[in-house]
Amino acid sequence: MAKITYISYEGKKNTVEVASGLSVMEGAIQNNVEGIDADCGGSMACATCHVYVPENWLNRLEKPQDAEQDMIDMAYEPKKNSRLSCQIIVSNELDGLEVITPSKQT
Amino acid sequence: MIKTDTIIIGAGPTGLFAVHQLGIIGLKCEVIDNLDRPGGQCIELYPDKPIYDIPGIPECTGEELTKGLLKQIKPFKNNFHLGQRVEEIKQENNFWVIKTNKGNLFSAPNIIIAGGVGSFEPRKLSIKDAEKFESKQIFYSVTQKNLFNNKKISIFGGGDSALDWALELSKSSEITLIHRRNEFRGAAHTLSEIKKKEKEGKIIVKTPYNLKSIIGDKTMSAIEIEHEDGKLEKIKTDYVLSFFGLIMKLGPIVDWGLNINKKTIPVSTENFQTNKDGIFAIGDICHYPGKLKLILSGFHEAALAARACFKRARPNETYRFEFTTASKSIHERLGLKND
Repeated sequence: MAKITYISYEGKKNTVEVASGLSVMEGAIQNNVEGIDADCGGSMACATCHVYVPENWLNRLEKPQDAEQDMIDMAYEPKKNSRLSCQIIVSNELDGLEVITPSKQT
Repeated sequence: MIKTDTIIIGAGPTGLFAVHQLGIIGLKCEVIDNLDRPGGQCIELYPDKPIYDIPGIPECTGEELTKGLLKQIKPFKNNFHLGQRVEEIKQENNFWVIKTNKGNLFSAPNIIIAGGVGSFEPRKLSIKDAEKFESKQIFYSVTQKNLFNNKKISIFGGGDSALDWALELSKSSEITLIHRRNEFRGAAHTLSEIKKKEKEGKIIVKTPYNLKSIIGDKTMSAIEIEHEDGKLEKIKTDYVLSFFGLIMKLGPIVDWGLNINKKTIPVSTENFQTNKDGIFAIGDICHYPGKLKLILSGFHEAALAARACFKRARPNETYRFEFTTASKSIHERLGLKND
C-alpha cells in the first residue's frame, strides 16, 4: 500500500491509497483521478496514461523498458521525466510518490 | 441505400467474429470501419506482438489473429466499407439508418457497435496555429508525394513512418528529421540508411528537439524547435510532416442518443443491447458489471448479440439453437458439402 499523489497540470493535488502490485495508472482509474485516460488498458500501446515524474522520484523507479520509451515518443508533449503510469508498479517503497498529469493526453 | 440484417461498426476482432456468429445463424451483415483495413487495435497497435490468451491458440500475433478471423468469415461473403466513419444514426420505424462521412447510407433492423475505444485518428501537433496550417503545410500522412518535390521538409517522429518518409523524400527534397530523444525506433536497415544519408548531407537529424512554434502568418516560412536544454533553433520549412502514431477517439458515437459512461456504453449482459432497441455494443466499447477488456470476452458478447439480432431481423421465424458440428443448415451456410 502506498499513498500516491496525482498533481494536475494546474497544480491540483489528489492523494489516494493504492494497493501494492497495482500500477499508478490503475490507481488513478479506480479512484476516478482525472488526467489519465489509459485508452489501451495498460498494454503499453497508446501513451494516454502519460505522466511526469519529479526528479527526486525518477531515479527511485525502475528504469523504463525500450518499448515504454518508444511509446512515450507518441505521447502528448513528452519530456525527459516522462513515464507511462501503467508501467510504474506500486509498492510500499513508493509511498509518497507524486506524479504530474499533462494538460491533456491526446 | 444498402439494406441488410445487421450493420457492424468496427472491424476489429470482435466485429469480425460477430460476422461469423451472424453468418452461421443465416443473417447478413455489412461492416464499416474508419481504418483502411480490417483488424482494429490488433492490426494497428500490435500487429507483431504475441497474444497468449485466445482459447485454443497458445500464441499468435495481432496480424495472425486477424488473418484467421478473416478466413473464418470468408464463407459469409460480407462486404467491408473501409476508410469511412459512421456519422449519423437515425431511426425509421423499425429500422436504423446509418450515414457515413463518405455519404453512404445503410439500413438495417440491427446495429452492432464493436467500436473498441473509438476510431483511430492521427495524433495531431498541439502547438498554436498547427490547425490553421493543417492540410496546407502541415500533414499527418503523405497522399501526394509530388507536392514535396524540391521543398524544405521538416519531419517529426522517431518511428518507422517518420524514418521511412525521411528516406523516401530525401531523394528529391531537403529533409530535417526532428525527434525528442537521440534514439530512433526503426528497423536496423532503416536506421543505417538514415545514418548514411546524414553523412551525405541529404538528411539533417536534429535530436533531442521538440517543435516549439510556427513562424509565418498566412504562410509558414520556418519553424522553431527547442533543444532538451532549452536552446531554440529556427529551421526554414515549406512543409511539416508529423508522425506521432494514432489515437482513439469516440467521435460521433456520443451523439447517437446512447447512454455513455466514461467512453463506454452500458449494456445488458443478456443480449448486449444498449438503451436503444436493436443497437448492441460488444467488445472494449461495452460496459457491464465484471466486464473484462479481453478479446475472448468480445467473442462471447458477439455470440449473444447475434442471436438477439435474429429476433428483430426475422420477427416471424423462431430461432433454433444449433451446433456447428451437427447442423446441416450451418454446414450449408459455411459452404460445406453435406455427406
